[in-house]
Amino acid sequence: MELLANLGTGFAVALTLQNLFYCFMGVLLGTLIGVLPGIGPVPTIAMLLPITYALPPVSALIMLAGIYYGAQYGGSTTAILVNLPGESSAVVTCLDGYQMARQGRAGKALAIAAIGSFIAGTFATLEVAAFAPPLAEVALKFGPAEYFSLMVLGLIAAVVLASGSLLKAIAMIVLGLLLGIIGTDVNSGLQRYSFGVPELSDGIGFVVVAMGLFGFAEIIVNLEHKEHREVFTSKVSGLMLKWSEFKEALPAILRGTGIGAVLGILPGGGALLSAFASYTVEKKIAKDPSRFGKGAIQGVAGPESANNAGAQASFIPMLTLGIPPNAVMALMVGAMTIHSIQPGPQVMTSNPQLFWGLIVSMWIGNVMLVVLNLPLIGIWVKLLQVPYRILYPAILLFCCIGVYSINNNVFDVYMTVVFGVLGWIFVKLECEPAPLLLGFILGPMMEENLRRALLLSRGDWSVFATRPISAVMLGIAAVLLLIIVAPSIRKKREEAFQEG
Amino acid sequence: MSFIRNPKDFWAGVLFIAFGLAAVIIARDYALGTAGRMGPGYFPRGLGIIMMALGLILSLRALRVDGDRIRFGSFKPIFIVLGSVIVFALAAPKLGLIVATILLIVVSSTASHEFRWKEAVISSLALSAATLVVFVYGLKLQLPTWPWFLQ
Repeated sequence: MELLANLGTGFAVALTLQNLFYCFMGVLLGTLIGVLPGIGPVPTIAMLLPITYALPPVSALIMLAGIYYGAQYGGSTTAILVNLPGESSAVVTCLDGYQMARQGRAGKALAIAAIGSFIAGTFATLEVAAFAPPLAEVALKFGPAEYFSLMVLGLIAAVVLASGSLLKAIAMIVLGLLLGIIGTDVNSGLQRYSFGVPELSDGIGFVVVAMGLFGFAEIIVNLEHKEHREVFTSKVSGLMLKWSEFKEALPAILRGTGIGAVLGILPGGGALLSAFASYTVEKKIAKDPSRFGKGAIQGVAGPESANNAGAQASFIPMLTLGIPPNAVMALMVGAMTIHSIQPGPQVMTSNPQLFWGLIVSMWIGNVMLVVLNLPLIGIWVKLLQVPYRILYPAILLFCCIGVYSINNNVFDVYMTVVFGVLGWIFVKLECEPAPLLLGFILGPMMEENLRRALLLSRGDWSVFATRPISAVMLGIAAVLLLIIVAPSIRKKREEAFQEG
Repeated sequence: MSFIRNPKDFWAGVLFIAFGLAAVIIARDYALGTAGRMGPGYFPRGLGIIMMALGLILSLRALRVDGDRIRFGSFKPIFIVLGSVIVFALAAPKLGLIVATILLIVVSSTASHEFRWKEAVISSLALSAATLVVFVYGLKLQLPTWPWFLQ
């Protein structure tokens, strides 16, 4: 019954007029950028962070969270109507969703995507509420050695489950860790890697890093290709599903929800992986797999439920351990730090209002999304007709003003240009930028815990192997690395990401 | 350079070696300390060495395993997009947000292969009005809005 009391606390916070407003703004913006291809939640959240400085921390986090799961709803709209993933996790929705639209069933595809997302969102909210407290309880007993090993495991697992070259991803983490420690060393007061530049003594802002690597680099790469977008402009009608269609889709929704709920918690998981996994499962267990890719309703219902469940479940490690499992959560950790809340297991006890308010707001946000989204489809379709040549300068403008306003200093804008160049190089060399951001956020924490652990053990490295929890975590990390290096599994992993 | 069979991995490796080397060289004056009493140089130097090792493996492997070549498109977008941001940064403190916005939009718009003058000018005016309403009046950002000679 403690759960009910906690949820009660959450409702009291989330249902205030102010928080309802920011929740609404978050999901609306999230849907908007989800609908628009070429801009994802990472640069959007980075863009809005400076603006949330003035808000109370709960409202700020509620809004930023809304952007992430709102984007999952929006992404499916574009996937179904334009055959383009508005949001990377909607890639698989294109396969059957667009086919349904071509058969004149666009309305039904949109409806089942929204219903599936809602069911998944509701379940994931309960999951966070039920699993976060016990996990935080365990994490509170962790010492520095356990924390260090947990971060190692988190980072390794994040790159193992993500797509792309493992070696490059690990190198990107290390680069991120190094960039993260730029600035004044807390223990000695020494300025590290700041080259005597006063603006660097506080370190590089993570908004700058995220905006350069994700925002600017993406715009540049998009402009290099001359692509024309064809919008499915015919009127969307027939949102109502037949009972038989709903019954056909429901098992896929439930399976997708389950897959997302499990994979979302894992580092590197979250929305994208969950959607891929769900599509693969649906295709495997279908009586007639040949229907997939030709407008199977399960091919929309499953992945759409999975990506929303995955997006929300990825809040669990962030909220309970303070360890971000993906780039969006890394930004959420940053947002908490800005509001001087140290992310970690103590948040739940020290800021119960914030913790439960945020969780309940996710469910309220999901209700808003279902109620709002379907009637607003017409507006989203109009928005899709805005050509990219008008859109990207506007995105660039919001990025610039956002970065400039952090410290009222254009130095940050120049730094973002530097990271834009770096991001562009990374795209050319096929180095995923997300691990760098995770490392960047964890850098100072990792150094501090390593330092403390070895101070307590008087310089004895074996402390990481002799403390049981720490040893288990490092063991899992090592096994993960070994498994992924094994050729047969490496092939499977590549297949999973190429599905569709 | 035909002995490089996987250019993407090879140059990524070189990049990581360079970053690792720079990290170690710059950190040479930071006190190392011991494992039990770590100085400010311990962690960064360790990371730098790990990164060099990873870069080396990546580059060497790229000599043996085939891979895609690096594909460059037009270089116009990167120069114009980042150039327009630099123009914004140069203009904003003295000329204010509104002028900086107009400059940013017009300059950055030319990066598209579908660039149209009229459209860019209209869009820049509309967006500077939006900047005024949202950022200056709405969010009350404390940034210079108008050119210094008008204040």
